[in-house]
Amino acid sequence: MSFKERLASGKFVVVVELQPPKGNHLADLFGQVDRLNGRADAIYIPDLQNAIMRLGSLSVCTLLKARGKETIFTLSCSDRNRLALQSDLLGASALGLDNVLVLQGDPPSMGDHYEAKPVFDLDVLGLLGAVKRLQEGYDLAGNELQGKPQFCVGSQIRLGATSQDMDLEVVEMEKKIGFGVDFFVASPVYDAGLFEIFIKKAAPLKVPIIAAVTLLKSVGMARYVNKHVEGAFIPETDIDKLMKAPDKREASVEIASATIHRLKPVCQGVQIIPIGWEQLIPTVLERAGS
Amino acid sequence: MIVAEKKPIDEIKEMMKSFRKVLNVGCGGCTSICMAGGQREVGLLNEELQNTLKQDGVSFQADGFTVERQCNADFYSELDAIAKGYEALLSMACGAGVQFLAERYPERPVFPALNTVFVGVDRDIGWFEENCRTCRECVLADTGGICPITRCAKSLFNGPCGGTSREGKCEVNKETPCAWFEIHKRLKEQNRLENILKFKPAREWRNQTQGTLVQEAYKKRYAK
Repeated sequence: MSFKERLASGKFVVVVELQPPKGNHLADLFGQVDRLNGRADAIYIPDLQNAIMRLGSLSVCTLLKARGKETIFTLSCSDRNRLALQSDLLGASALGLDNVLVLQGDPPSMGDHYEAKPVFDLDVLGLLGAVKRLQEGYDLAGNELQGKPQFCVGSQIRLGATSQDMDLEVVEMEKKIGFGVDFFVASPVYDAGLFEIFIKKAAPLKVPIIAAVTLLKSVGMARYVNKHVEGAFIPETDIDKLMKAPDKREASVEIASATIHRLKPVCQGVQIIPIGWEQLIPTVLERAGS
Repeated sequence: MIVAEKKPIDEIKEMMKSFRKVLNVGCGGCTSICMAGGQREVGLLNEELQNTLKQDGVSFQADGFTVERQCNADFYSELDAIAKGYEALLSMACGAGVQFLAERYPERPVFPALNTVFVGVDRDIGWFEENCRTCRECVLADTGGICPITRCAKSLFNGPCGGTSREGKCEVNKETPCAWFEIHKRLKEQNRLENILKFKPAREWRNQTQGTLVQEAYKKRYAK
């Protein structure tokens, strides 16, 4: 069953986010994918995430497809103008990629090529508009295409901690659905209780929502996230658990699997972000009963 | 100088439609000099607005007040009392002036009557030309006083793109001189061609975040 079919049937999906290498050596990434043993419904490949220069999402997704894996190709507005964005969407379709997630992207000033000129020719709604237009058989300039690409289209949700943040995000989601979004991926969920409140607010939209779950690697990381990541809130109980644990990996697995277990009845899937601990994903999924 | 031009009247009318009494604030700085937003233009716009809105059957009062410079709070003292008597403010300053006005009177809606178009020079009366993109890293020393960021359609740093016409014009706009054709000509005349023989690495685009600047001599004064 494809990712799209699974979403449509209401089944719980498991997505794994894997960072492309900085370079052209893919053996490690292929090894990580193989070790998942088919547990993931799709592999999500970020596009120049955090404005760090890496191998691109399009090529990695294409190579994974050749190895029989379903992927989510991601495309961001930060580094390409409307010509390049549309061309890459056509490219993805021509290469047989079915799922695309579009996002605003990170400004170069926060990455490893901070002196680069940011593009942001289109914003995320503009890019969704481009995807919609291409699927109708036209480009943004109104020219007719030879062949219409078809995608299962995703977009991100930025989860805020306050009720007002959540209301605003629901309005954003509604706008995006109007531009043809088929599913959403929510920014990392650390507090399932807060997420449940959001899910209730978003329920009338009747759209599949996948919650991202990040593996917490250390107390330092947790504190950093709480201090610097807008809207993120890692409960003190989890930080405490990490602090006291003799085996941090074990504690991380326990926290993540407990979160996934709690998310299962409330949303349509999870996207696991391992941040270097890819080898722990099968255990996390096993413990969470996925 | 910052150069601006008046927005289309329909756009200004649309902004004004829910107000009956508006103060149009002119600027005696750049927009006055470029004949877009000084005392004279404030009067003309108010008259135009009142006339067109009258034709639409709307009663509308627009008064004018021009400050010496909208980008400096020292010039606002007289305006403070006047602004209180109006539902909204229309600004004929550049984008910086509009924002400063809006910051000064946060309880009142403030609208821009102009589009700020560029930093440029006077070619003749009422004729202006863009010359600077405020990139924060001036290269004019090497390019014979001709800016390749502003005047080259591709903002190139290492010579022309190959699209220069025989007459030395740009392929993007046949009316515009090719910046690199001009740079080459001037440096050759000054016998300084070695300036553009060395490779210029990709630059740092520092103008992607909002800038603030404290001049060296004032750093102590504003130190936190």
